Amino acid sequence: MERIAIVGVGQTKHERRKRADSFADMVYEVTTKALADASMTIKDVDNVITVSNDFWDGRTISSMAVTDACGSNGKNVSTVEGDGTFGALYGMMRILSGYYGTTLVVSHLKGSESSMPHITNAMFDPVYERMLGLDSISSSALQARAYMDRYGITEEQCARVSVKNHKNAKNNPNAQVAMDITIDDVMKSRMLADPIKLYDCSPISDGACAIILANEKRAQKITKKPVWVRGVGYCAEAYHLGDRDLADPIALKAAAKKAYSMAGITNPRAEIDVAEIYDAFSYMELLWMEGLGLCEPGRAGRLVEQGVTEMGGELPINPSGGVLSAHTVLVAGLVRIVEAALQLRGDSGKRQVAGAKTALAHGINGPCGQSHCVWILGN
Amino acid sequence: MAKAKGGVEEMVLKGKIKVPYTWYVGECASRFYVELRDNKRIFGTKCAKCNKVIVPPRSSCGKCFVPITEWVEVKDTGVVQTYTVVHYAVPGIQPLKPPYAYGIIKLDGADTGFVHVIVGADLTALKAGTRVKAVFKEERQGNMLDIQYFTPV
Ligand SMILES: [Zn+2]
Repeated sequence: MERIAIVGVGQTKHERRKRADSFADMVYEVTTKALADASMTIKDVDNVITVSNDFWDGRTISSMAVTDACGSNGKNVSTVEGDGTFGALYGMMRILSGYYGTTLVVSHLKGSESSMPHITNAMFDPVYERMLGLDSISSSALQARAYMDRYGITEEQCARVSVKNHKNAKNNPNAQVAMDITIDDVMKSRMLADPIKLYDCSPISDGACAIILANEKRAQKITKKPVWVRGVGYCAEAYHLGDRDLADPIALKAAAKKAYSMAGITNPRAEIDVAEIYDAFSYMELLWMEGLGLCEPGRAGRLVEQGVTEMGGELPINPSGGVLSAHTVLVAGLVRIVEAALQLRGDSGKRQVAGAKTALAHGINGPCGQSHCVWILGN
Repeated sequence: MAKAKGGVEEMVLKGKIKVPYTWYVGECASRFYVELRDNKRIFGTKCAKCNKVIVPPRSSCGKCFVPITEWVEVKDTGVVQTYTVVHYAVPGIQPLKPPYAYGIIKLDGADTGFVHVIVGADLTALKAGTRVKAVFKEERQGNMLDIQYFTPV
């Protein structure tokens, strides 16, 4: 396969409510940041992928608000309605087609402008499930309980993930919820849908993110610090919750296997230096660690207790603060890729994992991680 | 008054999208809902290839990718596989006033989980493995809430 590189990145600060910015303002900001980062102009962008959601934006053709702002006039632009990791995948495939040398992938969302439970309730099938009133929190609680029951994972172990990631967020100027909290604070926070409490949840966020991908020839000309895509894997499993074993993320296992095989990784725990994982809820970081093969099923809670995933640990996970510290839906997966790329360039500032050479970025789509996209990046 | 960039007054537009839909649920779900409404009976379909009884019924098997034609009645009792008690209110979406529970229930005779609400005197006693039974509505309309809720037995 032709080598593909990330040559430019840009993101906004993620905030509970970005009063001063419209969708177009945010997209223009990250597009110009990514172009400046790559020392490119919009003329050097061969095609554009936007990532947005009609329900969240409150309009069909939700890319309509941002066509001017992402500079896509006169270019081939296509939209992914799903996590940003999948948008990046589509952008990469367009280069692999041989037709384009570069792709701009840009994602925006304002969680503050609509209603999270209404929108996430609408991801459930109107024929059999939507009337039951499930949303992202209650459905994830069903998964959290199934996982914790299966392996004896404790609420305290999940709370540790929240403590770690909110602390990491203090090193990330773009994070939304950076704070020092204790396990006790998490345990005593308001119960939403047991075992999920307020501090086990990611926040509602506004923000945008962009990356520029290039083929090898273009990448070599554009930048001295290309971040290479070493492997990508993606997989989906059954849609209906009752058809799945929620404690066994088989789609993630398959996606990780594909990505590792493409990247030539045989021992992910030893070979990956830093990982940015889609922790929409604290339990998810643990469950996804297991699905990613970073430890045996049921062992992630112990690893977190041992500090393995902390900054300075053997395998730091979510040095950025993760999705728990800023959950701009759809954008968040693209942010995972950007954060991984910054680590490999040595541009992560106070959240830098020293000497990172191989990084993992991960995104999810659908209820309870129905589908997963895993990226292995190298410098 | 909130000020946007450049000190300009921040203008917002309020909107609400209300679009009517009339979704045909398909022959398979129609049959399921007619049985639920008229006879208080719960049906699944059985895949001839993997022999799994799928509830609520589907007209093809997601695992085997073959059409399913066999109908099987399952019990209105089952075992809770996983559950959560909801403590926050979202009026207009939730079918009950919190606190109430959601469960994925393996109905007796089924091989898949059935997602529904659980109501009971003591929800704190709910566990994986708790046996529950369906309580049907008096006035049934042919939708998932014809089962009012499941309750521990
Ligand atoms: Zn089958």
